[in-house]
Amino acid sequence: MSIIKDFLVLAITAMLVENFVLVKFMGICPFLGVSKKIETATGMGIAVTFVMVAASALTWLVNEYIIANAPYLQTIAFILVIAALVQFIEMFVRKAVPSLYSALGIYLPLITTNCAVLGVTMINVQRDYSFGMSLWYSFAAALGFMLAIVLFAGVRERLETSKIPKYLKGFPIALISAGLLSIAFLGFQGLSF
Amino acid sequence: MIEILVPALSVGGIALVLGALLAFASVVFKVDVDEREEKIAEILPGANCGGCGYAGCSAFASAIVNEGAEITKCNLMTDEKLSAIASIMGVEAGKKIKKVARVACNGTCSVAKEKYEYYGLDDCATAAQLGGGAKACAYGCLGLGSCAVKCPFGAISIVDGIATVDENKCVGCSACANICPKGLITVAEVKPTAFVNCASKDKGAVVNNVCEAGCIGCKICEKKCEFDAIHVTDNLAKVDSDKCTGCGLCAEACPKKIIEIL
Repeated sequence: MSIIKDFLVLAITAMLVENFVLVKFMGICPFLGVSKKIETATGMGIAVTFVMVAASALTWLVNEYIIANAPYLQTIAFILVIAALVQFIEMFVRKAVPSLYSALGIYLPLITTNCAVLGVTMINVQRDYSFGMSLWYSFAAALGFMLAIVLFAGVRERLETSKIPKYLKGFPIALISAGLLSIAFLGFQGLSF
Repeated sequence: MIEILVPALSVGGIALVLGALLAFASVVFKVDVDEREEKIAEILPGANCGGCGYAGCSAFASAIVNEGAEITKCNLMTDEKLSAIASIMGVEAGKKIKKVARVACNGTCSVAKEKYEYYGLDDCATAAQLGGGAKACAYGCLGLGSCAVKCPFGAISIVDGIATVDENKCVGCSACANICPKGLITVAEVKPTAFVNCASKDKGAVVNNVCEAGCIGCKICEKKCEFDAIHVTDNLAKVDSDKCTGCGLCAEACPKKIIEIL
């Protein structure tokens, strides 16, 4: 029972309490860049989920078996692994599942430089998560990212049709709403298990 | 020494392995793309306007190669580009017909009445939901410029309350025709022909009430025409562009002066 509880707590922590975008401020670039429509935001969210889980699996193995004696190499090794992994996944998906490839489209290569992916792998290592835990944590964190970006896309779609003072139109109002959303998510800090 | 060797070897080793893996994967997972497809996609304008009926320029390129789509469907194509593509495909280049969009409404601010004052989004579809828009005529151009926004080539502007097409900029992609909630915009070949600048199917008396420049369905044009090319159906004159020679007899006779010779 306690394992199930641990996993549930971890998921809620990763999704809400430590939401990557709105609380930890990682992955802001895609959060602002592709959040104009719910559709594209969902696409980005799915692509991030895909890459985050795969990247944590691979980096966990790299950290455990290759650079266990040299932890200062984590950052550079992880960047290397993630970049190569995204390239590999892109090639593989293009060949094996063309429909998924066209759905993910441009988002897949964009994630190569997404700091949220690097962030989740570093956190996994820093907190000494087991293999299963790190997979689960990164999956939940990616869901949290998707939640944030889809919520924000919904807000921005509404903004398109509302009356906004001229000097706030476009990015200013988007940044302000992102800030408000972030403050709202701070409310989850009070959760205790 | 060991302090340098460990990071160099481990990171270098990872990089080598991953590099080899990627090189291997690029061979194994190679997706065969027809060379001609890429070449044609390069020649195509890349505007992705959708005027050809395909999702975009690359989709059109693949349709040309795989499904034998007509090259001339692209409205932006110049003659040189056309023959370049034709030589890639090894076929004769067809003749391209220039098409432009036309807006069938003459109801400028001064001649067409309004039934209420509209305050809201500058979007025709939204305005059209409020009792068909502010214009008293149920068929007229709302002049909020959704077509002008949609036009990828900046060819449409709102002049005196109605959409006006710049024929030099227009490529006939139909983007505007698809978005107009009143269905006022038609895309047709450029040739000398008469064009009825009204879309109202109301009876003459109703038309006169709401707009000074509307077709009242009086059938004078029908009688004047020597080529049987213009007919009034549903209180609205319609030109048969196959028969019309653009002689201008109907335009002269029209009491409302709403027929234009193009």
